[in-house]
Amino acid sequence: MASTETSAQDAVPLRKSGAGDGGDGQQQDDRHDLSGLEAGLDALETVQVRRAPVWELLVKRVLPPLSAIVLVLVVWQLAVWGGVADPTKLPSPHAVGKALADRWNEGDLFSIIWTSVERGLLGFLAALAIGTPLGLLVARVPFVRAAIGPILSGLQSLPSVAWVPAAVIWLGINDSAMYAVILLGAVPSIANGLVSGIDQVPPLYLRAGRTIGATGLRGAWYILLPAALPGYVAGLKQGWAFSWRSLMAAELIASSPDLGVGLGRYLENMREGSDMAGVFLGILLILFVGIAIDQIIFSPLERWVLRSRGLTAGSRR
Amino acid sequence: MADTLTAAGERTAEPAAHAARIDHVSKAFGRPGARQLVLDDITLDVRPGEFVCLLGASGCGKSTLLNLVAGLDEPSAGEIGTPGGRPALMFQEHALFPWLTAGKNIELTLRLRGVPREQRRAEAERLLELVRLGGAHGKRVHELSGGMRQRVALARALAQDSQLLLMDEPFAALDAITRDVLHDELTRIWSETDLSVLFVTHNVREAVRLAQRVVLMSSRPGRIAREWTIDIPQPRRIEDAAVADLSVEITEELRGEIRRHGQH
Repeated sequence: MASTETSAQDAVPLRKSGAGDGGDGQQQDDRHDLSGLEAGLDALETVQVRRAPVWELLVKRVLPPLSAIVLVLVVWQLAVWGGVADPTKLPSPHAVGKALADRWNEGDLFSIIWTSVERGLLGFLAALAIGTPLGLLVARVPFVRAAIGPILSGLQSLPSVAWVPAAVIWLGINDSAMYAVILLGAVPSIANGLVSGIDQVPPLYLRAGRTIGATGLRGAWYILLPAALPGYVAGLKQGWAFSWRSLMAAELIASSPDLGVGLGRYLENMREGSDMAGVFLGILLILFVGIAIDQIIFSPLERWVLRSRGLTAGSRR
Repeated sequence: MADTLTAAGERTAEPAAHAARIDHVSKAFGRPGARQLVLDDITLDVRPGEFVCLLGASGCGKSTLLNLVAGLDEPSAGEIGTPGGRPALMFQEHALFPWLTAGKNIELTLRLRGVPREQRRAEAERLLELVRLGGAHGKRVHELSGGMRQRVALARALAQDSQLLLMDEPFAALDAITRDVLHDELTRIWSETDLSVLFVTHNVREAVRLAQRVVLMSSRPGRIAREWTIDIPQPRRIEDAAVADLSVEITEELRGEIRRHGQH
């Protein structure tokens, strides 16, 4: 061992300070001084997070998209008045509004929307149940990653409409074929989101987790999965978009009384009847549902995940 | 050597004569044939209740040694013993989990240690009080300043209830004023508990400010070059003349160690 030496004359017994060496009064003052100093530092360095009042949220969040919609409607109406195309090709906003009112009066507006939304959400939940464990396997088992990782990424670029003919032949024209197409569209997104979320977890968290005893399954549950949540939620968001797109394509292509009338079927029916106002209404409703589900479920989820981690750049928009 | 210490005598529950024993430990990285020796035959005991600073220039393997003691890596030769169980470890980065609040970060450690649910909250509050952050339980990590984060990280390390705390340059990223305050804080907590600390730093004054014993390491491969026992009474100040004098002496030694590497 290396030489030990003392800097002072002789070795004063080592003892922890403050263990009753008569300097308690002095110590007390020091402590008081230290806690005051610390409180001051904390106050100086803490950032005050301001909650925006409601009217400000309205102005910042609601006004911009509202103005955009109004602008589109104005341009649309101007195009109709200007006679850019004849009314069988370009219906007026009013005609589309009337088509909507007709559906409302017929009483089948909500059943059409719900047929598709129910399918889309159920399919998405199934994709979630399959994509999550699959993503975990790909991320954590090198053999699985090497085997199916590239295929999983590649599948994302294959439009899942391409599966419709196969699904129809395998499963018949029924709900099962619809769900198969949704799964093939959404599972790769969800799994890939989880994989990239896990890949981006800073190694420091895993080390910190190991030092406090989070290893193996406990490490996955308490450290890895929560740390991967932002990437996972981004994958869910994309997974929903893919589910909805795939479903609409499948409903457009596959026609059977067993399927009932969903938004895709409604759109195709209108096309067959050359009802351009109905076609426009169909497109707008599909767009509306896609946006609504995203805004009601996925965007708030994503904002909450990011904001609670102080990653606010993404939620400021 | 432990019999000269009153600090060791104050402990009654733990009969072990050392909080950490590093026994002829070597560590090499790389493939066979191209192996690089990082640590060469290190022997060092940390006595119960002792505060030891490992001091060295970059590349001396001090962080590697700390990782070995923490059990995050295996030595190539030699043995490491920590009779008090798995040591707690603090990093230069706070390494707090951003998806949990300050309090929940501490509670997670308690939970993994097996503390029953109904006691966790109170214990986390107590630890936050100890680092003078009572009331910060519900704060998110990003809402805290750098100094506060390191104090929460210290509280989290203490939550492991380990007898040995390993610290890997924990204050290196802080500004001078905050670092100074945290030195006082660490000294206070160390003196109030029976904690042993092995503290890695390249800052000579920090080592002299904090430690009972400073161990200087040489670089490539890391070896123990020299050590000093420091008996300047605590609480010390970083600007104390005695601290400054000894720092000058140790710095000269450290510079000598670094110069040797420029000669070939």
